[in-house]
Amino acid sequence: MEINLSVDPELVRKILTEFIRSEITRVGFTRAVINLSGGIDSAVSFALAAEALGPQNVLAIRLPYKTSSADSLEHAQMLIDQFGCPSLTIPITEMVDALIAREPGMSEIRKGNIMARARMIVAYDQSEAFKGLVVGTGNKTEILLGYTTLYGDSACAINPIGDLYKTQVRHLARALKIPELIIAKPPSADLWAGQTDEGELGFTYAEVDQLLYLLVDQRYRPVEAVEAGFDEKFVRQVYERVRRNQFKRVLPPIAKLSSRTVGYDFLYLRDWGT
Amino acid sequence: MITKAGSQRRNLLLILILSSIIKFVDFFSLTMKLNLALAQINTRLGNIQVNLDKHITLARQAFQDGMDLLVFPELSLTGYILQDLVPTVSCRPGVEDPVFHHLLDASRDIDLVVGFVDEDARHRFYIASAYISRGEVIHVHHKVYLPTYGLFDEGRFFAPGDSVRAFDTRFGRFGMLICEDFWHASPPYILWQDGADMLLFSSASPGRGLTAEPKLESSAWVEHTNRAYASLFTVFVAHANRVGFEDGLNFWGGSTVFDPDGKLVAQAPYFEEALTKTEIDLNQLHRTRARLPLLRDERPELVQRELERILHGN
Repeated sequence: MEINLSVDPELVRKILTEFIRSEITRVGFTRAVINLSGGIDSAVSFALAAEALGPQNVLAIRLPYKTSSADSLEHAQMLIDQFGCPSLTIPITEMVDALIAREPGMSEIRKGNIMARARMIVAYDQSEAFKGLVVGTGNKTEILLGYTTLYGDSACAINPIGDLYKTQVRHLARALKIPELIIAKPPSADLWAGQTDEGELGFTYAEVDQLLYLLVDQRYRPVEAVEAGFDEKFVRQVYERVRRNQFKRVLPPIAKLSSRTVGYDFLYLRDWGT
Repeated sequence: MITKAGSQRRNLLLILILSSIIKFVDFFSLTMKLNLALAQINTRLGNIQVNLDKHITLARQAFQDGMDLLVFPELSLTGYILQDLVPTVSCRPGVEDPVFHHLLDASRDIDLVVGFVDEDARHRFYIASAYISRGEVIHVHHKVYLPTYGLFDEGRFFAPGDSVRAFDTRFGRFGMLICEDFWHASPPYILWQDGADMLLFSSASPGRGLTAEPKLESSAWVEHTNRAYASLFTVFVAHANRVGFEDGLNFWGGSTVFDPDGKLVAQAPYFEEALTKTEIDLNQLHRTRARLPLLRDERPELVQRELERILHGN
């Protein structure tokens, strides 16, 4: 079965730059801050923000930990130089290690979450200092799979690329002239040495994007996805992963008591009045 | 010296010349033009005053540019995803209403189609379009199909309209529909049978459906169907769509006018605000229907009979 996930990059670019401009300026801001990991997702969000707001209005932040790969830092710098944006480099080792040191033998997962949340703290602090909104970098694949740290890398004011699968982010990256070595390298959260997304997830983005496209966009039932040629175990694993991570995609439920409750029957868009 | 016979001959000649001039004028007076403008705007969500100012400014500009009619998109006075704002932004179309007061004033110069929330006497809220002209409300349409699926939630906040009627304007008989109304084939058909030669469509259509094509699937679908209505009913179809964002939803613009041959005669850009102006040659109705008498040959009684059978088993 042929599943074509390609997009028209110019159309996507037009909509997403307009989205960033609209959603930032309508609430009285002109600037953005963004954590640059050196990976493709933050590179694409960064390029879109620079185009939407002007490079001088986008603060790029590099946040290395002592075990971060030197490539990550270097690739982020390539993007900063290419787009000519103001930038900061704020190592998170000291603040992260202060917490990690309290509990010897802490798991890699916990350490990774602490790093992701430390980066969030820096981004939101710089948001106030630079008077810019935090632009998110999570793609549709990782949002659906829940491959993200809640209140960590998922925290942002707006997310331009959250409806693009990883495969589609790659298409867009080429049109935005993101350096090929950033596009081509194996995606990694870089929370520990040798970590890769695909190694950790147990499947490739190319595979899972096609399956998610059928299950989510095309509303295939799991059995139909199997009929379309996907391995049953893989389908079940992915479906279950999407279901289990719904909590990361919604605000925490409020226990309803009154006759009008935020989230249930107090309904306004965020853009209310703007 | 002028003889009596000479004077009579001269009078006769004068009458002949005059009458041929009158015929000549009459012949060309059949040419009927309508200068139509589409106001493809962004709106401020829930802020009527700001949106009203934009309407008045554009009406003035369109009038100065020689336009006869200016069509605004769906809910142009309020913004689209209103949710709990609905009861706070409603109007009553009429001169006593503080918002319509200004619009009716502007309509002395140029006919307007505006989108708003109509609150009826018993406090039901409708998504509505008003055609106003020369200081009067000519017709109000209440959206009859409220999409309540997928990203849409209109049925939760609005009452559905219960009529689809054509109406007379100073340019001929028109009909108005709002967004989901023309995703269903029956409302345009009813307006056609009710005598409308110009269908005025308004929408706040959220863009969606990404493919390898340089056009969103939602844009392609709407353009496709609007062209089809123009061709199938041999009518003009003018569509005013919104632009801008409400949270993550984009409104794609691309407002169009199709003529009775299904030809695209005007199109606004995608995603940008625009005042799109076009001269409509209403005589195209004559030419198209002389060639293709679909209206003459349409059999609404047959439709009625078959619907009776389908619905009531007679």
